[in-house]
Amino acid sequence: MKLNSSFNRSLWVYHFNSGSCNGCEIEIVATITPRYDPERFGIKLVGSPRHADVMLITGPVVHKMKDRLLRVYAQMPDPKLVMCIGACGISGGVFFDSYNLEGPVDEVIPVDVYVPGCPPRPEAIIHGVVTALAKLERLQGERA
Amino acid sequence: MTPAGIAVLLGWGIFLSLFALAGGLFLLGIDRKLAAHMQARIGPPIRQPFIDIVKLLQKENVVPENAISGIFNLAPVIALASSILILFYLPVGSILPILGMYGDLVLVMYLLTVPALAMVAGGFASGSPYATVGAQREMVTMIAYEFPLAIVVIGVAWRIGAAGLSSPFALATIAATPIWTVVGPLGLIGAFILLLVLAVVTPAELSRIPFDTQEAETELAGGLLVEYSGRNLAMFYLAQGVKTLILAAVIVAIFFPWNLSGFLAMPPWLALPADLLFFLAKAIVVLFFAVTLVRVGMARFRITQVVSIYWRSLSVIGLFGLILLMADAALPALVGVGS
Ligand code: SF4
Repeated sequence: MKLNSSFNRSLWVYHFNSGSCNGCEIEIVATITPRYDPERFGIKLVGSPRHADVMLITGPVVHKMKDRLLRVYAQMPDPKLVMCIGACGISGGVFFDSYNLEGPVDEVIPVDVYVPGCPPRPEAIIHGVVTALAKLERLQGERA
Repeated sequence: MTPAGIAVLLGWGIFLSLFALAGGLFLLGIDRKLAAHMQARIGPPIRQPFIDIVKLLQKENVVPENAISGIFNLAPVIALASSILILFYLPVGSILPILGMYGDLVLVMYLLTVPALAMVAGGFASGSPYATVGAQREMVTMIAYEFPLAIVVIGVAWRIGAAGLSSPFALATIAATPIWTVVGPLGLIGAFILLLVLAVVTPAELSRIPFDTQEAETELAGGLLVEYSGRNLAMFYLAQGVKTLILAAVIVAIFFPWNLSGFLAMPPWLALPADLLFFLAKAIVVLFFAVTLVRVGMARFRITQVVSIYWRSLSVIGLFGLILLMADAALPALVGVGS
């Protein structure tokens, strides 16, 4: 896996809902509005996991979604990043210890960046992306 | 053909191919920047498409298990190669079509369907229901816009032929005699209507909003391209850029064929780059009105609406323009007979 700086300037994002309450979705949509304009950093929302570099996961991974999540994660081409949006995905959040959870997310697939909040503000999501970029740069530095 | 002639042809071919790739990506970047400004955003840098391509080339190239891998991998190559090939039949700036003696506007019209057909083949071969639905929609759209496109091509070439020029379908002739200079007042209106028809065909040809039903991100998750990643997706991305340049080149060649060097006297070494830049400027203006403005201002049509728009509304408008052009050619003769 060889990465250069073009990767950081062109992150295509795929959004996966693993059983969230839709609060986090609304904040993600708010993040891509003209007010925050993430496209100026090359960030674009795509509809297919095959095109994606980053997967945003919302929700606590309910029982039915576990297989789908694994499948979509496997469908993404390498190199890929996973961002977990919202308290649900980090710990279960308001659904903590429910009978129907397979999560939190990092028990199903590896997560690179956590964005806490219920739901997190758009600023927090952008901060999460910046953290992901910093992590990418660190990895590139280690490889170089 | 002599070996020297072949070498010259090859040289121009390589130059034009590089120009097509770079110019196409540049036009895509301009389009994204303008769209962003219209939405009160800052928007990505103009070189964003170049960055995207470099990134896509670093990604893994996945071929799905249930895809027909031969066709799946061939489709992007054909799409890119055939779209570059079309440019060899079109005048670019002051460069006359380098394969102009082998094909004319009718051939260009046929060649325009090849990239789309390659995408359809790739869509069917990728073995995904989304891509299959996208491929079917692409075929329907193709059938829908072919007829208005044919009306424009026939109309313009017929009028130029009626003005007494030989080989009216050859692009060199069309570029040398702008349609506006041979027609009377009725024909001016007719030619303007045909220009509008061609402008409406453009977004469908490029599968941009409002005619992007085959790639609908929201319902089909990328449609035809849903299973493509990495290098193959990068090739489709490049083909999209080259197609954008070609559509602009077609409109420019038929309706705005003027060159800077035709107005200002300049040495040959300056004329070529100046004409190429002028060509790009014309292409940007054409694309701004035909693609960017429309895609920011409108929502997507349903596939059923696309067909009725092209077959019913646009065909009637196009035929009206064609009749005006014919009347323009016929009237002086009739009046002449009467007097
Ligand atoms: S973190 Fe909160 S807002 Fe987000 S999906 Fe979970 S419950 Fe909803």
